[in-house]
Amino acid sequence: MKVNAFLKKINWMTLLIPVISVVLGLVCGAVIMFAIGYNPLLAYQSIIESIFLQPYYGGETIRAMIPLVLAGLAVAFAFRTGLFNIGVEGQLMVGWFASVACAIIFGHLPKFILLPMSVVAGGAAGALWGFIPGLLKARFKVHEVISTIMMNYIALYTTAYLIKNFLYTEGERTPTIPQAASLSSAFLANLTQGSRLHWGFVVAIIAVTAMWFMLWKTTKGYELRAVGFSPDASEYAGMNVGGNIILSLTISGIFAGLAGAMEGLGTYQYMTINSAFTGIGFNGIAVALLGLNTPVGVTLAGALFAGLQTGGMTMQSNAGVPVELIQIIIALIIFFVGSGYVIKWAADRLKRKGHKS
Amino acid sequence: MSYAIEMRHIRKEFPGIVANDNITLQVEEGEIHALFGENGAGKSTLMNVLFGLYQPDQGEIYVHGKKAVINDPNEATRLGIGMVHQHFMLIDKFTVAENIILGREPRKHGILDLAKAVKLVKELSEKYGLDVDPNKKVEDITVGMQQRVEILKTLYRGSDIIIFDEPTAVLTPIEIQELIVIMKRLVKEGKSIILITHKLKEIFEACDRCTVIRRGRNIDTVAISETNPSDLASMMVGRKVNVQINDAPYEPKERILEIDHLNVLDSRKVNVIKDLNLTVHGGEILGIAGVDGNGQTELIEAIAGLRKVRDGSIKIGGRDVTNQKTRKIIEAGLGYIPEDRQKHGLVLDFSVGENMVLQTYYKKPYAQAGILKNKVITKKAKQLIEEFDVRTPNEKTLARSLSGGNQQKVIVAREVDRSPQLLIAAQPTRGLDIGAIEFIHGKLLEEKKKGKAVLLVSFELDEILHLSDRIAVIYEGHIIDIVNPKETDENELGLLMAGRRKGGA
Ligand SMILES: Nc1ncnc2c1ncn2[C@@H]1O[C@H](COP(=O)(O)OP(=O)(O)OP(=O)(O)O)[C@@H](O)[C@H]1O
Ligand SMILES: [Mg+2]
Repeated sequence: MKVNAFLKKINWMTLLIPVISVVLGLVCGAVIMFAIGYNPLLAYQSIIESIFLQPYYGGETIRAMIPLVLAGLAVAFAFRTGLFNIGVEGQLMVGWFASVACAIIFGHLPKFILLPMSVVAGGAAGALWGFIPGLLKARFKVHEVISTIMMNYIALYTTAYLIKNFLYTEGERTPTIPQAASLSSAFLANLTQGSRLHWGFVVAIIAVTAMWFMLWKTTKGYELRAVGFSPDASEYAGMNVGGNIILSLTISGIFAGLAGAMEGLGTYQYMTINSAFTGIGFNGIAVALLGLNTPVGVTLAGALFAGLQTGGMTMQSNAGVPVELIQIIIALIIFFVGSGYVIKWAADRLKRKGHKS
Repeated sequence: MSYAIEMRHIRKEFPGIVANDNITLQVEEGEIHALFGENGAGKSTLMNVLFGLYQPDQGEIYVHGKKAVINDPNEATRLGIGMVHQHFMLIDKFTVAENIILGREPRKHGILDLAKAVKLVKELSEKYGLDVDPNKKVEDITVGMQQRVEILKTLYRGSDIIIFDEPTAVLTPIEIQELIVIMKRLVKEGKSIILITHKLKEIFEACDRCTVIRRGRNIDTVAISETNPSDLASMMVGRKVNVQINDAPYEPKERILEIDHLNVLDSRKVNVIKDLNLTVHGGEILGIAGVDGNGQTELIEAIAGLRKVRDGSIKIGGRDVTNQKTRKIIEAGLGYIPEDRQKHGLVLDFSVGENMVLQTYYKKPYAQAGILKNKVITKKAKQLIEEFDVRTPNEKTLARSLSGGNQQKVIVAREVDRSPQLLIAAQPTRGLDIGAIEFIHGKLLEEKKKGKAVLLVSFELDEILHLSDRIAVIYEGHIIDIVNPKETDENELGLLMAGRRKGGA
């Protein structure tokens, strides 16, 4: 009994860091709002009311969640196998491009072929973008942080080049994809009073389950985790360390590529020539961090960030608070999670004090 | 008279286990005090409490008679307590001197004064007879010297109470003798020492008194002059310990391991294995004796497919496995208890259960069609934990939180349970308590009786002499002689290990 209580306390402590970080982030955000003369309660109230009571903002929140969760899964998956995938952003862009390009080029095919094919194309492009740094690491010991960052830039400029030269249309973008490749749905839009919510959430749910299943239920997942924790012991046990590194980054890339495909086939139905990164991939790092790299945690963290971003837009009209403040709050939350170590340390200190007295 | 250290009624709990349960330890000024107990008895935990790494749940600590609250290692250092850990804590890329002064650097005008540091280290090392080269990088020196660096680190910080947590587990017999001399000199200089070891011989050579703990509890504290090894051993285990001897008749069967003119390069591209020939039969234990660094590690790694073979061939059960992938070799019938358990033998952040199937997770009955059968794995793990007496709360516990000896038991359980054609056991009982050693020796002998081949590599000549049917002495990368353990002794082996052939000069 006593033992169980203790174990629970431990789990609780790890959960505590993200929760405390979120609370602290919101509190600090409130302080800032108050300091520059806004009413934080009104602002937060408007966020909550809009997301939970207004179908449009609810739909938009889920819509924004889809790529965030997928990007978060990509980061978390790599992290669970001992790798730091900073390249989610680039993998997402090539995934976006590939899905849109596939949809346009094969536009004559029927929906039940074209849609899955375009989704797969997005995942495959992301996979390729993950495979390359994986190969570089396995073969030449190039650190994945460096190579994935470089792959981000290659993705940014390559997609821009390809759109400009092969799929260009007015407005610095690709043409809109054919209906047969689209994830959007009149039904979902009606349900949410015209939000851009699309069927991509099904893909996200499948991906969340897939990550959990792959890592903890399959022999490959066992291997990937073993290699992540201890390449040496894994090698001694007869595992192929290099192969697993490549596989891990490839799978991570699939998640990221799918995130891009969801934007291309769902939210936007086209791709613009980006002059800068989308930011979704980088937010994915924060989502994974806040979600403790677990599938469920990533989902919750994705929901939080999506909710803040979407609901934040109503702050302006209802409380006069500039939208930018949301970015500050998100940054604060990330900051506090990052310093979770400090929080843990402080908690330990407090506990000790308690013991002595 | 007050004690140098007095720990009263210490209690420390970890999730699922009481590591220290009302332990009292009294160390007199100027003595070498042994702390003796089974694997997982709570010795390291108790010392970590003393060194401020853990906070006790209950109990008090007195240092030189004064009550102390030791919140962290800095506080311990201030109180004059130093610790040489079971696993060294040195920075490989730093020099010996830099490692020693780290955290307390001598400065001139606020800038690190390296020349002075080197001088200080030299003085210290001369004063206590601890031979080190202050300018060498840690990665380039032997384990024995690394340990002296650890000792100097504590002395540099002015410690007068030094804790040694299993210092001899990683040392060769000669280095152990040197260490005992060093410890005796330190005591003469007025230091007090707490020594954790599983080796009775060392306790009787070096220590004044001994505190025995079992399963987190005090059993007794005795003066070494008033006890004897077998009493102490039974006190620790709680029953009589039988020494396992190789009494099964030697009936070698077919050749299982055949090594033919093997040549292997080490990491610096030096030929470390030179034209080595060796055969191990089913139904025999072949012991490899040799001074550390004569190619033992490289030989094993080559057999296991972890190191490229330049020339020659290796066969297991008649199948050529030269330069094959490790997994292929394992499937051909290799089992391997590696020397470095934490680095090579376990995934420390996996649970005990997951570690039990580290080579077999993808095979029936542990998996089917790529899906793990967690129920089967758990059942197997529970069975092995029970059978090999691994002291762990349950199979879900991380391997990292097991005591050193229990980590070793997990590896041995896994490898022996697979009952491979060829079992390589490298230092299989390093860091194990007497009871566990007895048990593992019994298991190795069982494998022999089943007709399997066992290749035993150990620095413990006792162990080699006890268990082997034949002893191969390795010297500078080849087998210099093969002797019959019944017709040899430690002296002759010692000479052979130094490269002197029988009869010749
Ligand atoms: N950080 C920890 N978390 C959880 N359990 C721990 C931790 N450290 C030790 N334990 C448990 O406490 C018990 C005592 O461990 P300890 O390391 O003190 O044993 P030991 O006497 O040093 O054994 P050995 O001779 O094998 O080194 C063991 O059962 C171990 O599993
Ligand atoms: Mg220990």
